[in-house]
Amino acid sequence: MKILQTLQGLGNLVTRRIFRLGFAARFFVAIFLQSGTAFRRINLTLREIYFSGVLSLIIILVSGLFVGMVLGLQGYDTLQRYGSTEALGVLVALSLVRELGPVVAALLFASRAGSAITAEIGLMKATEQLSAMEMMAVNPIARVVAPRFWGGVVSMPLLAALFSAMGVLGGYLVGVQLIGVDEGSFWAQMQASVDFQKDILNGVIKSFVFGIIISWVAVFEGFDADPTAEGVSRATTRTVVTSSLAILAADFILTAFMFAGA
Amino acid sequence: MTRTSIDLWVGFFVALGLAALLFMALKVGNLASANSGETYVIEAKFDNIGGLKVRAPVKSAGVVVGRVSEIRFDPEMYQAVVKMQLDARYHFPRDTFATINTSGLLGEQYIGFEAGGDTDMLVAGDVVKKTQSAVVLEKLISQFMFNKASEDTSSSKTQ
Repeated sequence: MKILQTLQGLGNLVTRRIFRLGFAARFFVAIFLQSGTAFRRINLTLREIYFSGVLSLIIILVSGLFVGMVLGLQGYDTLQRYGSTEALGVLVALSLVRELGPVVAALLFASRAGSAITAEIGLMKATEQLSAMEMMAVNPIARVVAPRFWGGVVSMPLLAALFSAMGVLGGYLVGVQLIGVDEGSFWAQMQASVDFQKDILNGVIKSFVFGIIISWVAVFEGFDADPTAEGVSRATTRTVVTSSLAILAADFILTAFMFAGA
Repeated sequence: MTRTSIDLWVGFFVALGLAALLFMALKVGNLASANSGETYVIEAKFDNIGGLKVRAPVKSAGVVVGRVSEIRFDPEMYQAVVKMQLDARYHFPRDTFATINTSGLLGEQYIGFEAGGDTDMLVAGDVVKKTQSAVVLEKLISQFMFNKASEDTSSSKTQ
């Protein structure tokens, strides 16, 4: 009997997970189907871009600057052993544009904006605002979820681009201004090695995919949260954990497709 | 937060993001230097291209005049066939000498053009006749060592 119970528990766990995954997938489709309002009443979406994008600017810009400065210091330390400090620009720019820009910006965005979206929607559910909307024949997915989703999707690539640009500036400040790497070769080697399509465009595609993942996880966890204080807190935690893991996994898959062949 | 100020901030944010993308495209990337102008294609055959890559620059007198567009192997001649896109503004004589050079000791490899004295110019689809392969550092070193070793033995015999 003990074995049967264990088996049943295992089965229950798996079916619950699969059910939740299916729910999340149908929710994803529902967002797209109900997106008309988010674009027709563009103010709703603009407001969400303001909350998740504009208010994340400070953390993204400052982190980008510091990541770039650290890359400059560490890169110089390693490169000077091989006497190729001129390649510092290449190292800083490629690592930022290809990987660190999209990924770190996405991780920051998930914890700064994703968690806020989940908490907001979860609390709306807990205080029965979503039910009240349904009572008034307002579709909560169209009115609440879709604008937040699209706000995140629009903000994420812009934030990642800003992160990379600030990082390159940080690397320039430390490498050229502080340490004294030759300015001409810093920029020239960077421009010679960074390809617009292969590196920059792929980075933008990555950040766009991450934006979709974060926004999707955030609105779903909020919508699916248990309508209690504890449920909302758990949903917020799950948003950060799930979207961070999903970002790293997606990054590996995207990188394998984009860079493995070349 | 009134509506106009939200609009203003979002506009500012989007403009800033696009400016960052533009900065990366022009200053960090190679979009500015990638000439989208008219080009023509010529070929050259090399015995050994070393580490030459597609998109490597073609330089003449140190100035970039084109890019390598395709590298393939010729199974009949056992040679590497390199296709190059040259800027249509520049023309080279038929007896131009194409060499594979390395920028610096360990830098990237590029194709160097040394113009000859012919009055006829290369046109699209032509093949550069005179080429020199990449210098393989290991071969050079082993040659040097071999010569050195034979020198030593011959000098020790005469003593």
